Amino acid sequence: MGSDFVALSLPPLLIGLCASMACALPGNFLILRKQALIGDAISHVVLPGIVVAFLFTGQVSTWPMMIGAAGAAITAVLLIELIRRVGRIESGAAMGVIFTSMFAAGVLLLEQSDTSQVHLDVEHALFGNLESLIWLDAEGWASLFQIKALAGLPVELLRMATVLLAVSAFVYIFWRPLALICFDEPYARTRGIAATALGFALVTLTAIAAVAAFDAVGSIIVIAMIICPPATARLMVNSLRSQVIYSQVLAFMATVLGYMFAGYVPLWLGFSNTLSAAGMIASMSGVFLACAALFGPHRRRNI
Amino acid sequence: MLWSALSLTLGYNATLVTLGATLLGIATGISGTFLYLRKNALISDAISHATLPGLGAAFLLMTGAGLDGRNLIGLLGGSAISAALGLMIVTWLTTKTRLSQDAAIGSVLSVFFAFGVVLLTVIQALPAGRQAGLETFLLGSTAGMLFNDAVLILVLGAITTSILVLFRRPIILVSFDSTYAQTLGISPQKTDYLVLAVALAVTVIGMKIAGLILIVALLIIAPVAARFWSEKSDTIILISAIFGGLSGYLGTAISATAPGLPTGPIIVLCSFVLFLVSFLLAPRRGVLAAARSFWVFQRTVHMTQGLLSIAQNQPIYEPKTKRILQRRGFIRADGVATQAGRALAAKTLLNERRWSFWRNKMQQTGDLDESIVYSLVSIETKLTHDQIESIDRGLSEEQQERV
Repeated sequence: MGSDFVALSLPPLLIGLCASMACALPGNFLILRKQALIGDAISHVVLPGIVVAFLFTGQVSTWPMMIGAAGAAITAVLLIELIRRVGRIESGAAMGVIFTSMFAAGVLLLEQSDTSQVHLDVEHALFGNLESLIWLDAEGWASLFQIKALAGLPVELLRMATVLLAVSAFVYIFWRPLALICFDEPYARTRGIAATALGFALVTLTAIAAVAAFDAVGSIIVIAMIICPPATARLMVNSLRSQVIYSQVLAFMATVLGYMFAGYVPLWLGFSNTLSAAGMIASMSGVFLACAALFGPHRRRNI
Repeated sequence: MLWSALSLTLGYNATLVTLGATLLGIATGISGTFLYLRKNALISDAISHATLPGLGAAFLLMTGAGLDGRNLIGLLGGSAISAALGLMIVTWLTTKTRLSQDAAIGSVLSVFFAFGVVLLTVIQALPAGRQAGLETFLLGSTAGMLFNDAVLILVLGAITTSILVLFRRPIILVSFDSTYAQTLGISPQKTDYLVLAVALAVTVIGMKIAGLILIVALLIIAPVAARFWSEKSDTIILISAIFGGLSGYLGTAISATAPGLPTGPIIVLCSFVLFLVSFLLAPRRGVLAAARSFWVFQRTVHMTQGLLSIAQNQPIYEPKTKRILQRRGFIRADGVATQAGRALAAKTLLNERRWSFWRNKMQQTGDLDESIVYSLVSIETKLTHDQIESIDRGLSEEQQERV
């Protein structure tokens, strides 16, 4: 655990942790509201958003892409609502129509535009580039206390940490109304809670977390983390508060273990290549879910 | 170029691929309709993403055994096994744990896909050159497809389509009334499994052409588009098959015309165009038709209310009502009713009186159709001559009593 770890592994690990926890937090409420697949839809439609942003600006820079991605996510949510209401189509099917079509449009735009000069392709969008987020200025643990070295940290870390803080603040402030709209929306309405607005805010916040995480770690982690840790926690405990806490712990553990299995275990076993960290972290959250589904104390429906 | 692709004269392989994609579109259109009618549309998303680890594992196994890792039969077989496993896990999670179906679908698709990505990084670590071509399964590609592969897709597409056509009756019965189907001896569960198995087969077959991320679009978009055109299951299935086949055919043909046009996205966008046309233009369920009927309804309400006011010598305040009546020449600009206006107003009032008498005094339970606003339709179109006569008799008796 020397300077190599601090420079090469600590930043991606921290970014992965922030991303996983920021996605798992709103996921708790989404799975209770049967909106788990929103994360899936969002991470597909982000692609056309960033491609359009790239076509406008001509370069891969963070802010235009974030805005493009967020714009695409919000457009998708509005379009899904539109065809669900106006066309009287069931919401799952409406979602399926919109996110696949937008993703197809994104792939086509990407293939048509000249992106050979820049690092922008479908694989990158899916898998992220967690391993490349390194901290070149670090010379050991001591660098954590040197302001000059800290300035060289990957910008993604600060951004992801901010998003995690924002998501946590939202959940903390709106805890009671959020819990109410998850379990008994009609009752929440009679108590004067603007359930529609709050539900939309929840989806928007998830979209922001997903878009921020997507840039750093790829969409696989986003989809897996929105669903798997909260679902695992739901099979283990029975109160919303413990479910949220468990989901955060599980997201933390999945990230650390997954990162280790991808980056270190193959080398210890004598292989020369590391594996996809994003894929391994998401797989790890799946292993946790499998265990909970087999042995979790609250895995069955209450009768 | 496009014309020769459309008319199937772009060479033997291209023709086979186009035919294969068309058949594939038909098969996805039909099986997708059944999934959609069973409110199961998004389960195809789990199926398609769950193919990736099977694809990677099959490649690794075949390479490890010294065979060609790119053998299509082996790759499709591996994908089918892992997709089936994913599907079983979704069903198991939904029925045996307290997770809802969307959470089950989402977790299976993300975890399976993620594990597939891990396997892909293992494959990338293999000596160069041997892993080429596997990533084309993500987004679909027909360029450089081998003759044998095209034939395989064609044959499998034909088999799945004929299975669906053969078992169409029981599947439709279960989709619409599973209890009734059960009394006829058809097991809803087995039928569901059949539909899912066919959807799985279609997904795996279509992976090479449309790509495993986008094949789900074929299973969803064509059925949703077809639903706009009809209320009859047979017609929906037929239209969905046509839409699916058309998108497969057009998409493959268009994508064959230029190198930068990946097949999967083009097919999906073709079916999205069909969806858009249906969404906007379909009779009755389409947006334009719905907007038009709403507009007509609104106008009729304004007309009726305005004419009733004229008949009862009350002033009209609502500007929209005034505008509508004036445009039709029933009132003058100063708000005074014209000759034609008075005549129609008297008729409308009579219609209204007859209806309210019928509703209050004569109506039998069960006569009422909630979807009709009675005073807006002419009573002659709904009741028989004798009924109206007895209403009039009742009305005049009522009037005499009052005098």
